[in-house]
Amino acid sequence: MNARAFLGTLAIGLAIALPARAMSIERVSSPGGIAAWLVEDHTNPIVAMSVSVSGGAALDPDGKAGLANLVADLLDEGAGDLDSQAYQGKLNDLAIELSFEVGHDSLNIDLKTLTENRETAFGLLGLALAKPRFDPDAIERVRSQELSALAQELADPHAVANRALAAMLFPNHPYGRPAKGDPESVKAIARDDLAAWTAHHLGRDALIVSVVGDVTADRLKSLLDAAFAGLPAHADPVSVPEAEAQGAGKVQVIRRPFAQSVATFAEAGIKRADPDWYAAYVMNDILGGGGFSSRLMHEVREKRGLAYDTESYLIPRDHAALVGGGVATRNDRMADSLAVVRREWQRMADQGATAAELAAAKKYLNGSFPLELSSTGALAGLLNVIQRNGLGLDYLDRRRGLIDAVTMADTRRVARRLLRADRLATVVVGDPKGM
Amino acid sequence: MTAPRTAIALLILAFSQATPAAAQVFDAESFTLANGLEVVAVANHRAPVVSSMIWYKVGSADEEPGKSGLAHMVEHMMFKGTKTVAPGMFSHLVAENGGRDDAFTSFDYTAFYQDIAVDRLPEVLRLEADRMTNLSLHEKDFAPEHQVVLEELRMRVDNSPGGKLNEQMNASLFLNAPYHHPVIGWRSEVEHFTLADVIAFQRRWYAPNNAILVVSGDITAAQLKPIVEKYFGPLPRRKLPPRVRLDEPPPLAARTVVLRDPNVHQPDWNRLYLAPSYSTGDTKYTYALEVLAEVIGADSSSRLYRHLVIEQKLASEVWAGYSPESLGPTSFDFYASPNPGVDLDKLGAAMDAEILDLVDKGVAADEVERAKTKLRAQVAYARDSYQTGARVLGSALATGRTVADVQEWPQRIAAVTPELVNEAARAVLRDLRSVTGLLLPARPGEEASGGNAPEQPIPELGRSLR
Repeated sequence: MNARAFLGTLAIGLAIALPARAMSIERVSSPGGIAAWLVEDHTNPIVAMSVSVSGGAALDPDGKAGLANLVADLLDEGAGDLDSQAYQGKLNDLAIELSFEVGHDSLNIDLKTLTENRETAFGLLGLALAKPRFDPDAIERVRSQELSALAQELADPHAVANRALAAMLFPNHPYGRPAKGDPESVKAIARDDLAAWTAHHLGRDALIVSVVGDVTADRLKSLLDAAFAGLPAHADPVSVPEAEAQGAGKVQVIRRPFAQSVATFAEAGIKRADPDWYAAYVMNDILGGGGFSSRLMHEVREKRGLAYDTESYLIPRDHAALVGGGVATRNDRMADSLAVVRREWQRMADQGATAAELAAAKKYLNGSFPLELSSTGALAGLLNVIQRNGLGLDYLDRRRGLIDAVTMADTRRVARRLLRADRLATVVVGDPKGM
Repeated sequence: MTAPRTAIALLILAFSQATPAAAQVFDAESFTLANGLEVVAVANHRAPVVSSMIWYKVGSADEEPGKSGLAHMVEHMMFKGTKTVAPGMFSHLVAENGGRDDAFTSFDYTAFYQDIAVDRLPEVLRLEADRMTNLSLHEKDFAPEHQVVLEELRMRVDNSPGGKLNEQMNASLFLNAPYHHPVIGWRSEVEHFTLADVIAFQRRWYAPNNAILVVSGDITAAQLKPIVEKYFGPLPRRKLPPRVRLDEPPPLAARTVVLRDPNVHQPDWNRLYLAPSYSTGDTKYTYALEVLAEVIGADSSSRLYRHLVIEQKLASEVWAGYSPESLGPTSFDFYASPNPGVDLDKLGAAMDAEILDLVDKGVAADEVERAKTKLRAQVAYARDSYQTGARVLGSALATGRTVADVQEWPQRIAAVTPELVNEAARAVLRDLRSVTGLLLPARPGEEASGGNAPEQPIPELGRSLR
């Protein structure tokens, strides 16, 4: 379920406060009707764009899990008159970085180019979206790559654990299926499925676009049309049922000959639009989200040396939400590690955060915001998350206030509401003793 | 995954692939304090933040026999308190100032960094200077951190069939150079570290005249200098041990390492060739070898991908890479992962045929020109992030390079000729210099290779779990 990757995106979206240097976000609308947010930055000859398209792996048909992922793999494998090698050759020769990635709720596109190649870069993206070739040899090559990657995942206990946990949490919902599918479902995907996916889900009204870098609003308008005007006006409406996390209190042990057991766990969480979101966000930072300063790191790693890494996180998807975490420990101490984690989980639920912890978390979450502006690409991604969550152009100005407004009572209330150690669904991969 | 305070050389690889020691691009100024501390400021004024990194010129290759992994253990203990900062408080203080910190160790260096708002830079430099000379360590903090390092070793090596194979290949490639042993160390030696080992190593190597401070971001040398003078200026020089990088004997035999593991379900094929670095061996070939790696294995337009993935349909993934940034010798690397149903021997034979063809017939002039263009395009991207300058300049200076070397990288790449690329390929891609590594599933009934060695009893940490 790719919890960590998802969390990364999220953390960017939320770790914002006002950058000390003025940064103005412009709304741009192209003649072809494409809307985008733009931050002009002419420091370097680079343009970066981040796009999300509503509808991701959750829309994969039954028996064809991995379809959207395969589409994403194939969009840059030939389009229009250019076969795979011709298309890839242009990207590579001009150092244009283009990637398509699928999450459960969206297809995400990142484009980075030097200014001198920006017309070509946006044009190549336009070709990929409007006229993907899906050549049979490219399909089979990419399918083989996906099957090899799935086999490779079996050597990674984290990947094995995350897959099993998703199935436990969402047994009858698309969120329970891996975005990359499984070998059988990947083999079942046909060329028609790929073509149907783009026909149904790529439309101008499904796009959220943000651009940062060396481009003016005027010039951007024609670039946007080069990339997106070739798409139909409307995509099919996205329809995914709401889901509640299942598996409360279950523990599944998957026996594998690993020297270190890996545990991953989660329970129902909180959505991004919930009024208590910021309280949950700050509370999670204190519990296990805040690097070396979190309670889990302190109790599990610093004090007892039980693990190299442990963490907690919030996953607010469009149709379900989770609060979860993970820890990895030698087989004969896994039971001890989980006991410490559960105790901290429950202690936070019962007592909330201390005043000192709350103050420190606020300082960190507000103070570290400008670190997110590390590059044009990072800023474009950040603007996209803000748009996608409907946070508004003024979010950068409001965010510090939202964090600062969280009180002790808020963290206590939200912790009591969200955290129940006996409700965690848990998967352990390895050879844990006494479990 | 968060990758707290640690290790290892992946980072170097990432730089050499994506952001080659970029040149005029960096707006860098340097100066040296009277006590020998080298300081570099790299300006990038996009946001009011900096990446502050201190690089110590000591890595796993500087460890004494029997103490493999000690440099990395010391890196962990640098967070465990000084005369005035309590154990674990370093990271808390950085976080309270809105910063993020971590550290990593490699063969040739140990680096610590903080990304933070520029107005908080003095505070982190004060803390960094403090722990260079005032470390104050205790057994009660060493014991749990020792276990953390062993957990890290389980994660990176025992739990990772590819990690285990990588260690075995390096040990087979470097017969005499100190890169023979892994950065994280051999478990049998890591298990026996003592607090006294840590203290002695830290005192021996951590000194201003063995460190480079690089701050990149919203800063200039003029702004940086008084802060650095204030906190680092008073620290005393130390007499330093020599950094010894023994030469490799002339290679005489192609070696093959086979690792079977029950957790492997997707085999892969790996090849290392003993290669010169910027500092050691036939250094005239280094830039040509960077171009060669780009020509044959950098992306989906490269030779190996076209031949093995697209035309012969043998591999799902294939790759070549080379990082010349090393004080001693280094390696030129190949990797290939077979398509489902393809025998690894068949894939290996096809890789050998490609490499042989390359050595025999050489690369074409237009291939070299395209590769050079692509490498130079990366320079503009390297300038984009405020963090990149600190990482690129720090790792270069810690491995014997100068700021000028880094600044001139694009010109040196531009000067590479097809003839030099072919000469370099002939010199380096020779069987006798090679180690081949095969990662395979276990045969039925076979146990995990080394991963399930009997655990040592855990020392009592003096804290009850219940």
